[in-house]
Amino acid sequence: MAGHDVVESDVLERVLGTAMRTGGEFAEVFIEDKRSTMAGLDDGRIEQVTSGRDRGAGIRVIKGDTTGFAHTADLSEAGLRSAAEAAAAAASQGTGGANIVALTRQPEHRVSPVEKFADEVSKTEKVRLLQRVDEAARSSGAAIVQVSAGYGDSRKRIMVANTHGLLASDEQVRQSVRISVVANGDAGMQTGFQSTGHTFGFEMFDRIDVEDLARDAARQALVKLTARPAPSGTLPVVIKRGSGGVLFHEACGHGLEADLIAKGGSVFRGKTGELVASPLVTLVDDGTMSGEWGAIGIDDEGHPSQYNVLIENGVLTDYMWDYLRARNEGRKQSGNGRRQSYMHLPMVRMTNTFVLNGNEDPDDILRGTDHGVYITQLGGGQVNTATGDFVFGMTEAYLIEDGEITEPLRDGNLLGNGPQVLRDIDLLGNDFAMGNPGTCGKDGQGVPVGDGQPTLRVKALTIGGTAA
Amino acid sequence: MTGVAELQAIADRVVSMAQPGEQIEAFVSRDAETDVRIYEGEVEHFVAAQTEGVGIRVIRDGRTGFAYAGVLDDMAVAEVLAEARDNVQFGTPDEWAGLAEPDGVEVIEQELWSDVLAGYATDDKIALAKELERLTLATDTRIRVDDANYADVASESAVASTTGIRRTGRENGCYVVVSTMADEGDETQTGFGFSVGRSPLEFDLAKAAKEASDRATRLLGATKPSTKRTTVVLDPFVTASLLGVISSTLNGESVAKGRSLFKDRLGESVANSIVTLVDDPTNPKAYSATDLDGEGLAARRNVLIEKGVLQKFVHSSYSARRVGTKSTGNAVRGGFKGTPGVGCLALQLLPGDRDQNALIADIDDGVLIQSVTGLHSGVNAISGDFSVGASGLTISNGQVGGPIREFTIASTLQRMLHDIVEIGNDVDWLPMRAAGLSLVIRDVTMSGS
Repeated sequence: MAGHDVVESDVLERVLGTAMRTGGEFAEVFIEDKRSTMAGLDDGRIEQVTSGRDRGAGIRVIKGDTTGFAHTADLSEAGLRSAAEAAAAAASQGTGGANIVALTRQPEHRVSPVEKFADEVSKTEKVRLLQRVDEAARSSGAAIVQVSAGYGDSRKRIMVANTHGLLASDEQVRQSVRISVVANGDAGMQTGFQSTGHTFGFEMFDRIDVEDLARDAARQALVKLTARPAPSGTLPVVIKRGSGGVLFHEACGHGLEADLIAKGGSVFRGKTGELVASPLVTLVDDGTMSGEWGAIGIDDEGHPSQYNVLIENGVLTDYMWDYLRARNEGRKQSGNGRRQSYMHLPMVRMTNTFVLNGNEDPDDILRGTDHGVYITQLGGGQVNTATGDFVFGMTEAYLIEDGEITEPLRDGNLLGNGPQVLRDIDLLGNDFAMGNPGTCGKDGQGVPVGDGQPTLRVKALTIGGTAA
Repeated sequence: MTGVAELQAIADRVVSMAQPGEQIEAFVSRDAETDVRIYEGEVEHFVAAQTEGVGIRVIRDGRTGFAYAGVLDDMAVAEVLAEARDNVQFGTPDEWAGLAEPDGVEVIEQELWSDVLAGYATDDKIALAKELERLTLATDTRIRVDDANYADVASESAVASTTGIRRTGRENGCYVVVSTMADEGDETQTGFGFSVGRSPLEFDLAKAAKEASDRATRLLGATKPSTKRTTVVLDPFVTASLLGVISSTLNGESVAKGRSLFKDRLGESVANSIVTLVDDPTNPKAYSATDLDGEGLAARRNVLIEKGVLQKFVHSSYSARRVGTKSTGNAVRGGFKGTPGVGCLALQLLPGDRDQNALIADIDDGVLIQSVTGLHSGVNAISGDFSVGASGLTISNGQVGGPIREFTIASTLQRMLHDIVEIGNDVDWLPMRAAGLSLVIRDVTMSGS
C-alpha cells in the first residue's frame, strides 16, 4: 500500500468544492486508511490476536468562527460528497457561490526510516516476542505470579487536502510492546511495568531486547515487595533521566497549547518573553524526532512536523499552534494540529516534548540531596491548565537519605503547580534520555506522544503518601 | 431493511458461514452522533457523524482469533472473517475458551430508546447549548464559560453466535455540559456542570449552570492545607469515581488470574459492616441501566458485598468457566473493535438514612472532598495503594469552612473499605457506571505543606 492514493486528487478537488457550497472560508478533507495488529498474552497464554482495519474521511468546513464537521467510512465520491454536504450544512445555513479548488501535491518524506513493515512480518514472529517476554519475566524470580504483555503495530496512510490547494500525505508506522508483571510477597501484591514504542519498522526489535524489558518490569515488581509507604508532605524530588518527561507534559506542555491560550484557559497566557521557568530549562516540542513515538511527517492538517522551542533558558518563546488558532492570530502554524482519527476534529497537541541537557553529573544531584524522593518511573498524569495544578503517579521510587538511595516506596501520586515547579527546578543533569511511549488524552481524544529529560531535581513537590 | 434488522442480518450471515468445529460470534453496530459546542453565543463546532463496524470472534480447538473493520460492506465483512480465522492459529489453546450460551435468565426489558430525542430538531439542540451558556454566565459576574456543549448518540447493535445467542439492541441518550472558569484578582479556578437524559426533556439546565458556577467559585481563595491524618467526607461525584476503582478488584477475570487483592477472600469481611455494594443494571434509575450484557446474556442484579462480607465477583462466561461458576451477566463490550471483557455495569452502595449536612455536623475536624484528580495514575488496584490529588472545603466543629486545594489524600483500598464510617442517603444517579452518594471515611492521610 506504500505510496498509493486512497482517494484520487480530482475527486478530492470536487469534494472540496461541494464542501464550500454554503459559503465556507475553508474546507479540508482528511483521509485515513489504517491497518493494525494486536496480540495479547496473559496468564501464560496468547489469548488473542486481533486484526483491525479503520478507514474513512473527516471533512471540516470553517465559516467565521464556526466549524462544521462530518465523517464517513464511505470513501466513494458519493460518500465523500454527502459528508461534505453535511459538514457544509453544519458550518452554515447560508449559501455561497461555486468553488473551484486546484490541489498541489506536497512531496512526501519519511521522518523515521522503516526497514521492515510490520504487515510484512509473520504473526508468528510477533507472538514469539510476547512468549519471550513471558519466559524472561517469569524466570526473574519465584515471587513473579502473573505476566501480561501486549504487542501492537499499525501502518496508517493519511491524506490531507484543503481549499488552500494543499495536498499532502504521510505514512505513519508504529510498533509497541507493553509488559505488566505482578509479584506476590508477605505484604501483598506489587506491580511492575515496562514498555517500548517507536515509529521505526519491526527491525526495532533487533535493537531493543524485549527480554531485558521484561526482566526490568519483573525487577521493579520484586523490589516493590519490600517497599514502605511513601512519605507525605513536601520534599525535594530527583527524577531519573527519561522517566520524568510527563512532568513537563503536564506542568507546562498543555498550558502552551494555543487553543487553551486563546480562551484564557492557561496560566501561561500573555507570558511570551517572560521568565516562566528556572533559567536551566529549555523545553522543545519536536515532531521530527526520528523514530520517537510522537514523530510524524506531517500533522493531521497536512503541515510538516517541526522542531519548536517553547521555553529557552527559562524564557517562554512560543506556544504550539494548529491551523485554526494560527489563522486567528495571523501567524504560521507549528505542525501541532493532530487528531485521534478521521472521526475527530484536529486540535493543538504535543508531539515529542523534552527538556535539553544541563551540566550536572546525575550522581552529584543525588549526592547533593539530603532527604528526598528519587523517582525512576512515573505513571500517567493530569493537569488543570487554568490553575496549573497537576498530579502524576510514581510507579517506581526510592527514599533518598544523606545523598544515598535507600528504601523503595509504594505507589502514589505527586502533586505540584506547573509555574511553581518550573521555577523550582534547581539541578539539571547532562544525561538526557527519551522516555517510554505515551498516549496523551485531551477533550476525549488520545494521540501518541513522546517525552524526555535529563536527571533533574525539583526543590519541592507534594508527595501523596501515608507515612509521616 | 433498515436499522437493527439490517445489522442482525449481517451478524446472522457471518454466523451461518461457520465451519464444523468452529464457534463464531459476530457483533455489528452503527452509531449516529451529534456534537455541538457553543462559545460566546456562537457555534464553535457542529459535528454530525455516523460510525459503523463489525467485530468477529472465531474459536477453534480452544484457540481464539479476532478481527474488526469500521465498514460494513460485504467485501469488508468477508475480509474480517478471513482475518479472524487466520488469527486463530496464533492463539494458545485454552480449555475454558468459548462463547456464551443462553442461560435461561429472563431479560428485564429497559426503556433505552426515546422517540423524542430521535425526532429532536438540530436547531433546538443548538439552542439548548446556547441557553446553558447564557444561564451559566448569569450565575455570577466572576464566571467565564470555556465552552457549552450538547451531544447525543444513538446506537443500534446486533450480536449472533453459533452457540445460540441472537440479540439486537437500540439505545439513545443525550447530555449537556458546560466548562467554567471563575476569576478573582490573579486567580482562576475551574468547574463544570452537566445534565443527562434519555431525551432533552429530562435536562435541568439551571441546575447544570449553578453547579458549574459553584464548582469554580467555591475554590477561589483556596489555600494549601498542612499534612495530617483526618476524616474525609466524599461528595457523591467523588464516591462514584472511587467505586469505579473498587470495581476492578471485584472483576472475576482478575480474580481467576490471581490479580485481585480480594482473591481467596469470598465469605470474609472486606469492609465495614454498614457497606452493602450491589451491581444492578436492571435498576432503571441507573445511568448505565441495560437489559443485556456484552455477550447478549440478561443483565442482572448481583450483591457483591453484603454487610461488609464479600459475597460474589462479577463474571463473563469465560471467567466463570475458569473458576467453575456461572456468568453473572457482566461481560462488557467496548464496541465492535474488541472482544468482551468483565466489569461491573451499575454499582450502587446501599444508602444510609442521613444527608450530607447531617454527616458533616458530626465531624469535629475533617475535609469535604469535592473533586479528585489522578485516579488513573495514583491508584494501584492490585497492591491497593490509593493516592489522589484533591480539593474541597475544611470541616470544623460540624461546619464547612474555607476552600483548600493542592493536597493529596492517601490510604489503601483495603483500609478505606473498613474505614467507611457513614453512608449518606443522597443517592445521585451520575453518568458513570456507579451511583454517587456521600461517604465518610476516617483515618486518611492528607498531604499538603
